[in-house]
Amino acid sequence: MLVSELIPLIEAKNLTPTISTERPVTCGYVCDLLSWVMSHGDSGMAWVTVQTHMNVVAVAVLSEMACIILPENIDMEEESLAKAVDEDMVVLTSPLSAYEICGRMAARDIPAHN
Amino acid sequence: MEPLFKTSYEVARADYTSAGRASADIKRRLKQLGVGGDVLRRVAVASYEVELNLVIHSLGGELELNVFPDAVQLVSADRGPGIPDLAMAMKEGYSTANDEARSLGFGAGMGLPNMKRNADEFNIESTVGVGTTITMRFHLA
Repeated sequence: MLVSELIPLIEAKNLTPTISTERPVTCGYVCDLLSWVMSHGDSGMAWVTVQTHMNVVAVAVLSEMACIILPENIDMEEESLAKAVDEDMVVLTSPLSAYEICGRMAARDIPAHN
Repeated sequence: MEPLFKTSYEVARADYTSAGRASADIKRRLKQLGVGGDVLRRVAVASYEVELNLVIHSLGGELELNVFPDAVQLVSADRGPGIPDLAMAMKEGYSTANDEARSLGFGAGMGLPNMKRNADEFNIESTVGVGTTITMRFHLA
């Protein structure tokens, strides 16, 4: 599945519309503890987190993730979004809860690991 | 052996805004040097972890990147405070991170074990009151 196809699935809004969403999502993950994500993150991952500071973008970029998903309409600081665009990392926000976002991704066979 | 490429970065204590700048630059430079795939990803993760450790735990320090024909080497050397119990520090889940670090989602006690897991060679030396030096090597196939 591409990020562009994930957007309607989780009713998301793209907070980084200037960068391409034609990139594959190969696995999904949910966690807010960044140091935990550092040791479990993977390439192509769609990562659900309520954290919105700059380091979130750094972690996603280093793990070569597909996108960051903020649940429950959480917004991201301008500074972090600017960094995300700069680093070519897609950031989405969804009205759904983290639980429901993961449920919908799992129902469409997005696995937990590559 | 002299490295083919060498650079270093000053990392300041508690500077969460710039945290990740050194590791991002390391990744960019290695890419330019033709390092890719699994090794690049492992170096990126380990360099970010070690850079954050400098920000969270040290009084400030330096992160050095050395690229040899057969390996990438990262050396992190700080100016203290030193780790009193290295065996505990290497344990997953053990952390002495402060509230500020924890509020940003750090301090899970995964940093050092994650560095060790990602590096092909990992060495840590620490003296209380002096500082900590971490040396990691990543073999280039």
